[in-house]
Formats: sequence, C-alpha cells, structure tokens
Amino acid sequence: MSFLLGEQMTGGYGAADILHNCSIGVEKGEIAVIVGPNGAGKSTAMKAVFGMLPLRKGQVMFDGEDVTQLKPEERVVKGMGFVPQTHNVFTSMTVEENLEMGAFIRTDSIDDSIAQVYDLFPILKEKRKQPAGELSGGQRQQVAVGRALMTHPKVLMLDEPTAGVSPIVMDELFDRIIEIARLDVAILMVEQNAKQALEIADKGYVLVQGQNRFTDTGESLLANPEVRRAFLGG
Amino acid sequence: MTDFFNALTLLGNFLIIPGLTYGSQLALGALGVTLVYGVLRFSNFGHGETMAFGAMVTILVTWGLQSLGLSIQPLPTALLAIPVGILATVVLTLLIDRFVYRYHRERKANPVIFLIVSIGVMFFLGGLIRFIIGPGDQIFFDGTRFILKAREFKQMTGLNEGLSLKMTQAVTIITAVIIVAAMFWFLNHTRTGKSMRAYSDNENLALLSGINPDRVVLITWILVAALATIAGTLYGLDKSFKPFVYMQLLLPIFASAIVGGVGNPIGAIAGGYVIAFSELILTFAYKKVVLYLGPDNMELESLVQFLGTDYKIAVSFIILVIVLIIKPTGLFSGKTI
Repeated sequence: MSFLLGEQMTGGYGAADILHNCSIGVEKGEIAVIVGPNGAGKSTAMKAVFGMLPLRKGQVMFDGEDVTQLKPEERVVKGMGFVPQTHNVFTSMTVEENLEMGAFIRTDSIDDSIAQVYDLFPILKEKRKQPAGELSGGQRQQVAVGRALMTHPKVLMLDEPTAGVSPIVMDELFDRIIEIARLDVAILMVEQNAKQALEIADKGYVLVQGQNRFTDTGESLLANPEVRRAFLGG
Repeated sequence: MTDFFNALTLLGNFLIIPGLTYGSQLALGALGVTLVYGVLRFSNFGHGETMAFGAMVTILVTWGLQSLGLSIQPLPTALLAIPVGILATVVLTLLIDRFVYRYHRERKANPVIFLIVSIGVMFFLGGLIRFIIGPGDQIFFDGTRFILKAREFKQMTGLNEGLSLKMTQAVTIITAVIIVAAMFWFLNHTRTGKSMRAYSDNENLALLSGINPDRVVLITWILVAALATIAGTLYGLDKSFKPFVYMQLLLPIFASAIVGGVGNPIGAIAGGYVIAFSELILTFAYKKVVLYLGPDNMELESLVQFLGTDYKIAVSFIILVIVLIIKPTGLFSGKTI
C-alpha cells in the first residue's frame, strides 16, 4: 500500500459529486502528478486527500493510519503539508515571518529549518525582511512552498505551484521540487503544465470528470499516444 | 520677536497640547476598532460603550480607593483603578463574545449582520451603564491639577500669553505613547502577536499553519477591552465622564480608523491625530494670533475662525466622507493588521 493513498474517493461540495471512485497515491521520495483537462476535478481530488472536501465514500490512508475523519489542520500535525493555489502566503508579513508562521505548531527551535529553506531558495534569504506581498509571483511561490516545508512534512501537496509564473521560473521550481523529493518527502501535485510536470513525475494520474482515466509512470504516460493526443496537445 | 513667541505660545496652549491629548484618546479608541475589524472582520459599534463601561468601573473603584484614603499624589487615583476596570471589561467583552458574537461567527455571518448586532450591543451596554452610574456627569479627577500653570509660564518667560500643561494632558499623552509602543512590540515581536497578524491577513492559511482561531479571538478581545478601558478613562479624566458622550465619540473614532486605513494599527494612530488636529485647526479662533503677527494697530472685527465650535463633530464627518470617496482604503491602505 502507498505511503499516502486516497482510495475510491467519492464526494463533492454540494448535492452533486465531483469525484467518482477516484484513487490517488504517492510513495515516499516520489513525485506524483495529477493532470487532466479543466474541470476534471484535479484540485478537488487533492483537496479530498487533504480533508478539505467531505467524502461520501472512500478513505484516505497516511503512513499506515486512517486519516479520513481528520480535519486539514489535524493532518498538518500528522505530517502533511499543503500549498494552496492562491492566497498561499501572508502578504502583509515578511518572508521570515511567513516561515515562522509555517512552523507555528512546532515548539522546538526552528532556526535550522529556516536555514534549510534559505538553502533551497537562496533568493528568500536576501528578501527575508520584505513583505511577501511585494515579491514577484515566482518568489511568492517559493515562500509558499517554504512555509509548508517548515513543519518537516512527510508528504507535500502542491496545487498548481507554477500557475502564472514564467517558463524559466517554472523549470526552476520543478528543480527545487525534485530536490525536496530527494529528502525522502512524498510529493503530490496538480499541474496545468502537464507535459513538463509528467517529465519529472514518477507517477502520473490523468483525471477526466472526476474519474481515473490513466494511471502510469510519467514516462509511460508521455509515451502513450492516446494521452499525448487527448491531453498533451499531440 | 516677542509677538512671534506670544503667538506661538497661544497656538501651543490652545491647539498643540489639546490636539495631542485628544488625538491620543482617539488613537487608542481607533486602535481598538481597528483590531476588531482586522481580526474579527466587522465594524464594532459597541466600542464607544465598551470604553464607557471600562471608564465606569474605573470610576467606581476610584471612589472606593478615595474613600479608603488611598492615593498616588500627584497622579490621579484613577490610574491605580484602571487594572480593575480592564479586568471587568475583559470579562464583559468575553461574555458578549461568548453569548452574542460567537453564534454569528460559527455561522460565518455576513459582516453587515455583525455590524447590526454590535449596534444592539451598543444600546444594551449604554442602558446598563446608565442603570449603574446614572446619565449625569461624574467627576473623578484628583491629584495635582497643573504641571505647568499659565501664570508661572508668564513669569518665567515674561510673555503676555501663558502656556499651561494639565496633569491629565501629560498623563494621556505619556500613557498613549507607552500603550502604543507596547502594542506594536506585541504584534511584531511575539509569537502570539504574529499569529494574530497572520490570522488577520489570511484566515485559511493561518488555520493550515495550525494557528488556533479561538485563541486569536480571545486575545483580540482582551486587547480591545484593555485599550477601550484606558482610552475611556483617559478621556473621562481629561474632560469629564458622561455616558452619552462616549456614543458621540464613535464618529471621530471611526473616522480616525478609516482615515488611517481600517485594520491597520499605524493608520489608526495617525488617523487619531489627523482627526483631532483637523477638528481643532478648523474651529480655532485665530484672532489673537493674527493680531500678534499682523502689523501694529491692526484691528479685527471677526474671530478669524473657519468654523464655529458647534461644528466640531461635523469636521470628522466631512473628513470621513471625503476619504471614503477619494481613498477608501485610507492613508495607510488597511484591511489587515
């Protein structure tokens, strides 16, 4: 069984279900990517894994434990980190304060973790006294990822981390995400830039209308002519 | 040259010192309004009466201390009574939150509903206060009246005009500076203060970061109660305590918070002084100042006043309207603390 596994998830925000028997999983040190057309329920699937969507059926297992009934903030304590797509930094607070707030649940010293985030994203060290709201889009995303890393999560979930950033910044962010995975963190992310994301993915999930359509390694999905034609633009 | 100093003294005595005093009172009041807005996200119309409640308890305790013969000459005894006033007001705000606001918060009610509920709280508190202490004027000031008397100043400098500094004015300004400094230190340098700012900035992300919203709300009310009690007592010491006056104070206090940028503590403080000085500058009679600075033998029929003092309250109203039309976010773009 996977380290993190959302199994047969069915549910939605109102009366109608958005997810139908959708399953998503990721192993430690692996990168799993959820791709699919607009409205396929990619972000919804991720939110379901994190507990932000009420499930009618199915369960979420994390590190051998059933966390289906836990609230998102309780899952953070268990070791899950989440970077929302928007509003993912405290704009009026400095970069360093953002990182401090990320570590709010910790009672031990956080200096090492801050240094670790600065090693990963050197630009943040330079800007540490600047309000996060004044940073560029790419730098903000770095702050958002850094904030989530402050709790030393065992799994990091990213909702479209490269939305609205330039291709160069996107490559840079993907490189950092690979680095984080090498620290034995499981990474689950939703991506619009399907091709580039699958290139770095160990596992890919193609969702269509809230259901699993294709599940394979990133490489095989990229090689699959049907996937290429329907979802990757040829 | 003497004329120039006379004019300056005149302005200092009737404009600058009273402006700083009144501005400090407004700033402390606006800081409370801005904290509620920033963290709890509604305009608290009950704030004026919260100030009155804190001042009332302080007065009752002051009378008790006076009858026991306790005092801290030359300072007013009320300063000794303030901690009790704060404690009582903290209990009051927490009770109101528990039985009134929490219900609406859990239902994620629209800010307008909160606003209307807070008006209800305002009327309830106003009634409670008048029931306990009565609607009349209460004088509770004791201690030395003046630090610097106008006559002494004249003797010292040989000028025609006198500069006086009342004990209440000095106490107000110094207390305000200390409270504001402590407040900023708390918000910017403590874990709890930062968590309040984080919650105010982005509630969902604060939740994801493990910040407990109930604790943030609790601390906010404690701070608001303390600020309200101090502001209310200082205002009562300086002018006099009259329950209805605090309801009228709501307008300049809200004007201060909005002019500075509601939700922004720096804005609240700046806004307090902007409103206080605008009121005084526009309603001050400059006749004597002009006579000192103008040529000798000058004669003036009018008082050289922009507006009669009766229009004092209109000044904050006009500023409020202008700011809302031209720059609704205020001088220091508000929204978060």
